[in-house]
Amino acid sequence: MEITTSHYVVLSTLLLLIGVIGILTRRNILVLLMSIELILNAVNINLVAFSAAQQQVHGQVFSIFVITVAAAEAAVGLGILIALFRNKQTVHADEIDLLRW
Amino acid sequence: MLIDTVLFYVLAVLILGSAIMTITRRNVVHSAVWLISTLLGVAGVFLLQGAEFLAGVQIIVYIGGIMVLFLFVIMLVPVQEEAAQRRFSNQKWLAFACAAGVFAMLAVIVVRGVGALSHPGMAEPAGLGSLTKNSESVGLVLFSEYLLPFELASVLLLVAIIGAIVMSKARTRETES
Repeated sequence: MEITTSHYVVLSTLLLLIGVIGILTRRNILVLLMSIELILNAVNINLVAFSAAQQQVHGQVFSIFVITVAAAEAAVGLGILIALFRNKQTVHADEIDLLRW
Repeated sequence: MLIDTVLFYVLAVLILGSAIMTITRRNVVHSAVWLISTLLGVAGVFLLQGAEFLAGVQIIVYIGGIMVLFLFVIMLVPVQEEAAQRRFSNQKWLAFACAAGVFAMLAVIVVRGVGALSHPGMAEPAGLGSLTKNSESVGLVLFSEYLLPFELASVLLLVAIIGAIVMSKARTRETES
């Protein structure tokens, strides 16, 4: 059986779904950031699959930009996490509720 | 063609299995190691589709950069204490319902669109930006057509570096006053 673009789209959908479940259910902020990386990787699989289907390189260039933004996001997110841990001594998302009414 | 099929399914099982392990492990370090395995699988998928340059970027930037950053920050967290606490938040069942909704929506889109995607090679290889010499064509397109976004990405990275340093710097008495 030949592997087509739709196989890659299904793989990327499942990976995105696992990332969404991770973001919504876990308490640890580090795991939340890792789930965001999973979602960004699902997007990259899609972009590269469509790029290969169209025989055009533009999807791969967009993928490079997605990886760049993911690196920036991880650096800023982990910086925020360090500042947060210094103030609250916790990494649990549901214990940081200072702004909750 | 057969080897491609086998490789795809092996990589798909690796990616999805490692992703599930990433979001279910108690220990954050184990999560990070499983995430590295997922990222390696994604790099394999890129190779399978002829995106060699992107596979290299994936390994160097993600595994060499981002995951090392994650592992450094994990050293802050008391891992043993952490592992004894409960993993999932109170809104677990609501979250699963939302995820099921997202899945239903995506499934409808994929099932409806799957007919349009079933041809492995849809278009004829074009001149500039065709996929025959991967790194060369990526570089040509990146530095001609996408030059402005490329420069903006470098500015974004500079802002991210400065922001990360400012936020994680220890604020002592002298710097406050």
